[in-house]
Amino acid sequence: MVSDPGTKKLLTKIAFYAAVVVVMLPTVFVFYWMITLSLMPQIEAAAYPPIFFNFTVTFKGYVEVFAKHPFLLYTWNSLVVAVGSTLLGLIVGLPAAYSIAQWRQHKLALAILVARIIPGISYLIPWYILFRNLKMVDTYQALILTHLVVGLPITIWVMIGFFEDIPPDLREAALIDGCTDYGAFWRVAVPLVKPGVVATAILAFIFSWNNFLFSVILAGRNTRTLPIAVFNMIGYEEINWGPLAAAATLITLPVIILTLIIQRHIVTGLTFGAVKG
Amino acid sequence: MTERTGVSGFQPEREAAGAGGWSAVARFLHRNARFVFPAPAVLVVGFIIVYPVLYTGWMSLQEWFASSLTAPKFIGVDNYQKILTADPRFREAFFRTIWFTVVAVSFETALGVGMALLFNREFWGRGLVRTLSILPMMATPTAISLVFVMMYHPTLGVMNYLVTLLGLPMFTWTYSSKTALYAIALVDVWEWTPLITLIALAGLAALPKEPYESAKIDGATPFQCFYLITLPLLRPTLVVAILFRAIDALKTFDIIFVMTQGGPSNASETINILLFNQAFSYFNMGYASSMAVTLFAIVMGFSLILMKVRRVGW
Repeated sequence: MVSDPGTKKLLTKIAFYAAVVVVMLPTVFVFYWMITLSLMPQIEAAAYPPIFFNFTVTFKGYVEVFAKHPFLLYTWNSLVVAVGSTLLGLIVGLPAAYSIAQWRQHKLALAILVARIIPGISYLIPWYILFRNLKMVDTYQALILTHLVVGLPITIWVMIGFFEDIPPDLREAALIDGCTDYGAFWRVAVPLVKPGVVATAILAFIFSWNNFLFSVILAGRNTRTLPIAVFNMIGYEEINWGPLAAAATLITLPVIILTLIIQRHIVTGLTFGAVKG
Repeated sequence: MTERTGVSGFQPEREAAGAGGWSAVARFLHRNARFVFPAPAVLVVGFIIVYPVLYTGWMSLQEWFASSLTAPKFIGVDNYQKILTADPRFREAFFRTIWFTVVAVSFETALGVGMALLFNREFWGRGLVRTLSILPMMATPTAISLVFVMMYHPTLGVMNYLVTLLGLPMFTWTYSSKTALYAIALVDVWEWTPLITLIALAGLAALPKEPYESAKIDGATPFQCFYLITLPLLRPTLVVAILFRAIDALKTFDIIFVMTQGGPSNASETINILLFNQAFSYFNMGYASSMAVTLFAIVMGFSLILMKVRRVGW
């Protein structure tokens, strides 16, 4: 038995940190392994027992991704769709969020929350039929519009929280000074919630960037986004893991960087403001 | 300029006498600002959400193959009758979907709450732990699935090496119909346990201190404290967390589709995958639509049950 209180405290501390490392290990390992595989030559990637640390670093996987697949086009497509749907979501969503916060339009907020519950696939059948009839499958417009289904509700819900934090006196003051509601919104409220707008925009961007379900049906040869391209590579590359892991790393990297920028707002965004991270 | 017309909204007579149509428009906009602000969003939501949902509802009453040239045929509730009584594949997919959700969300809740209790103190590196926890939730699911496809490979994958290190037998992971669903659930657990952890941490931070102090005086053990104080107080928060997880787990698509596409031999075919294939492999739009409505009903049912639990004790 340990009787010395100092030693006991130290042991508890060591046990605690050991526990923290153990529970965080799976999270770190999957990312570590993704990056490691992308940098390994095929022989070492398929070695048994696996090589965890002392491997030969090669960028062959990355070179192959760009050489064998139009990866730049896919990246561009993903960017156009994500930026397009994020901007459209902000243009349409900001005034709505302001209005919901300002005039307590809870029913409207609830209706938009329902969009979060409805399975995405039940939108997809009508869209597919509609866009096929309009000859709009494989266009940026179709993808941007459909990605709004995820982006717009998130934009509105997260922004309601930010607009509600503005003291009502400021709007009163603006109205007394001769502003219209539009002026109060654009010149007073929006500048005050700028950090919120940035966080929301990044969230909406990531959700569009990650979207698989809508793009797999509505994107075609010309507008194929990264997730679909990576999915198609699985059949094409078989067990040639270098390029596969390189592609996975390339598509995840921007998301990780953006996530780090807005990490305080992620939980709020994922729970539609139900939980303040 | 806008400010002028804006003020004039308060004095309609004078302004109406002075200017023409434009000021009438401005006055209308001014008076109805509360309807004008949300109008674009309402229009967009109507077009991309309400219209498709109604269309799906209508299509679920038809028999129609998008690949054929014949027009949709109205057949009433026949599709639903087939779903409920005559389609064993749907029934299997239904139970599989529920089972997947129950397995994944229970593990996520148990692990998530456990981790939250562990992290619920000041320690060096807390910020780093928080940051790392967020990454699995936001990382592109397709990319993560791809990494797990490589990790799960029965002969070349790292997972089998890791389990033998722990003294366990090798598994076939997503490559056998016995284990595929669980292997996918493990990916879901990896992705989403942090959400429960972070929500529970937020809940723990908001708990009052007094009950613990009086429990300590009464000589309660840490386990009693957890079971009799923490858990009941944390329940509303946990229900929100479980609700969000359950809604999404029932709708899981990306990771299943990328890793197994429902196989091997339908072992991981959830309703979402079955319905996707009905719609976009067989173009059986009417039947697929009725499945979509059914899935929506299931998700709604789950949500309502959980919201009730939030009010009543368990």
